[in-house]
Amino acid sequence: MAQPEPPESVVHAPGLAELFSGFLKIGLMGFGGVGPIARHVIVTERRWLDDRDYARLLGVCQALPGANTVNAAVMIGDRYRGAAGALTCVVALMAAPLLCLVALATLYDAVADKPWAQVALTGAAASAAGLITGTAARLLTRAELAIWGWALAGAAFLAVGVFRQPLLTTLLVLIPVAIVAATLAARRR
Amino acid sequence: MERGVLGQIVVLFGTLSLIAVGGANVLVPEIHRQAVGVMGWMDDATFARLLAIVQTAPGPNVMLASIIGWHVAGLPGLVVATIAILLPSSLIAFICSRGLARFSDRSAVKIMTVALVPIALGLMLASGLVATIAAAAGLLGFAITAATMLMTLRTSLNPLVSMLAGTLVYLAAWLLGFV
Repeated sequence: MAQPEPPESVVHAPGLAELFSGFLKIGLMGFGGVGPIARHVIVTERRWLDDRDYARLLGVCQALPGANTVNAAVMIGDRYRGAAGALTCVVALMAAPLLCLVALATLYDAVADKPWAQVALTGAAASAAGLITGTAARLLTRAELAIWGWALAGAAFLAVGVFRQPLLTTLLVLIPVAIVAATLAARRR
Repeated sequence: MERGVLGQIVVLFGTLSLIAVGGANVLVPEIHRQAVGVMGWMDDATFARLLAIVQTAPGPNVMLASIIGWHVAGLPGLVVATIAILLPSSLIAFICSRGLARFSDRSAVKIMTVALVPIALGLMLASGLVATIAAAAGLLGFAITAATMLMTLRTSLNPLVSMLAGTLVYLAAWLLGFV
């Protein structure tokens, strides 16, 4: 397996230190999702990839399991600095958020038995639920799904959300159906 | 006991890492089913609060695994859960990064992406539903969830702002004796 070649349009191939600082920044600034800030740092600011390459990379990341930005970190790190680059990018991406999470979790443990803390976190939990639902609804309205897409989205929602079926079973049923539907739709075009 | 729990954490999140199509936001119902139901690690309210903390922190939402690890087994739990949720999917990404130049069959990648998008979105909506029910914040809670949802859907407001607003409204209602 050969290490993939960096694209020619890139001004300058980053070293380990630059990869580290770039993904550290993405992790630090990615409040409420790292997607938009990742694009800004990778394409606009550091010019590691151009828009087209980034879109292609992200497409692959979306087809793979796992968090998109983590997958992008692995692939960009590997593209420029091999396995060490991939590891550097993932560690850099997760470092600041994890420290922040430990701080928040410690704070939570310290105040967890105070009534006001329980109340505040219950309010936060209700908001967080709205955030996830709103993000899903927003993406659904913009995805321009075909009828088979809506049917699959509905089936996934009902199976896992309403009937609380295990995720693995649901995916084992739905993914083959989705691949057949997507293949047929691609052929018809 | 401790070792047994760490083993359970590795198996649970290591498996979920491999089936997290479309990222961690699709995993909420399954993590809830396992952590609250199957394993009995916590109750509904605690799960919803940990989820809220993750939404407040910067970084990828896979950190829901990290904070559950923390809650169940402290710092070792956090470390083990984080590695378990990151490593398997990262190894797949690494292998694909190496293989992609050779196979470069972009139509297969495209079909896979097109196929997975609706499933991932349906699962994300399911995550929202499960989080809404787990929050167990009563009628006012549902109102806050609905308002946050509408704000997210209609505006591009920073998510931290709407979370802060929801938290303050609920806290104020409690101080005034409504909840």
